Amino acid sequence: MKITLELNGQTKSADLEERTLLADMIRDVFGLTGTHVGCDTSQCGCCTVLLDGVAVKSCSMLAVQAEGCKITTIEGLASAGGNQNGLHPVQAAFTECHALQCGFCTPGMIMATVSLLKFHPKPSDADIADGLSGNLCRCTGYINIAKAVRQAATALSSAEGVAS
Amino acid sequence: MQITPVGSPILEGFTVKPLRYQIATALDQARQVLTTDPEARLLAGGMTLIPALKHRLSAPSQLVDISRLADLRRIEVKADHVWVGAGMRHAEVAGSAPLAKALPGLAQLAGGIGDPQVRARGTLGGSIANNDPAADYPAALLALKAMVVTQQRELAAEDFFQGMFSTALNADEIITGVKFAIPQKSAYAKFRHPASGFAMTGVYVADFGSGDLRVAVTGAASSVCRWAAAETAWQGGLKTAVFDHPELLSDIHAPAAYRAQLARLMLEQALQSLA
Repeated sequence: MKITLELNGQTKSADLEERTLLADMIRDVFGLTGTHVGCDTSQCGCCTVLLDGVAVKSCSMLAVQAEGCKITTIEGLASAGGNQNGLHPVQAAFTECHALQCGFCTPGMIMATVSLLKFHPKPSDADIADGLSGNLCRCTGYINIAKAVRQAATALSSAEGVAS
Repeated sequence: MQITPVGSPILEGFTVKPLRYQIATALDQARQVLTTDPEARLLAGGMTLIPALKHRLSAPSQLVDISRLADLRRIEVKADHVWVGAGMRHAEVAGSAPLAKALPGLAQLAGGIGDPQVRARGTLGGSIANNDPAADYPAALLALKAMVVTQQRELAAEDFFQGMFSTALNADEIITGVKFAIPQKSAYAKFRHPASGFAMTGVYVADFGSGDLRVAVTGAASSVCRWAAAETAWQGGLKTAVFDHPELLSDIHAPAAYRAQLARLMLEQALQSLA
């Protein structure tokens, strides 16, 4: 089945078996391996991408369900709002706060954070806990992850202040 | 030493069995597919169905995606009820200002389902059609005197839910939405399973005034149910009750007695947040 969608700002088409998962299309068809697959039970959130700007788990969707939609993966994040180092403010905050150890959950954590900060620009600790409740870090580095989310929120809101 | 990866879906190829897929453009068209192909399944948010396909617990011939049907995607607050279209996603129900004003308990429930990624996809219709014994929405339907509306008929929630993963839906019947009655006050309290977000036990309480009080429990028994003892106790001014049920759930997550105790605690919590 042929599908067309926007992937990281570019229109892409693919001829896929209907049963192809969105995560597998992203990784195997388009070679964007920053989207990780960490579990088989929809619980780890490593495969989180933005679908029309909102975080979803790409292992729990068929690619054909995304027909006509805008998909953003970790690879497309910097171009969607990068700083001088080519990093999105959320990526920069994760780096600066040492919000990763092994790094496997990180792409999903960052995509979930982008979505969280869109709905909660000034998140409370409870907002952060709920916003990342669909993502697991098995290094259990949650303290620095939450710190990075708070720092990114500040960076994003001050950047908006400058822009306006 | 050569390492052979075992069980990796990526390396083994597809996990889902071959199937066809189409985006429904009209309710009638979707029904037509169900009528002509008994192996076809409806797909809405897919938060239960896609994982089931991956684990080959389900292998339909084709999926009919009804998630884009505009008819199923409205929320309307009327004088005596709130209409929520079957295709409304949990995040949309949680984020609807008019709904939150009329039914804050329902908005709170929707905002606590699963996790943000699940709430971005999962739908009301999908949740109640699946009737998972630990799903949140069924408790709200029973407590809020809901009518389940399909393209064929209207069914009271009591008649709709028929037991674990079982409903009164016919094979070619499609839920279009749910009418929730508007109580004076209502609230939901649940003890979340820490990994899945499902209700280990959840209690929805609704006060319709003049002693018309409703209590529904999910997650504790084989299917969602009203809790008569709690309704009677509440009518008598007592804000606690014992949960007794012939089919209490008992599994790796919690034994039956633990769930019964959770029901009592969630009842007390829900009633406390009503005040």
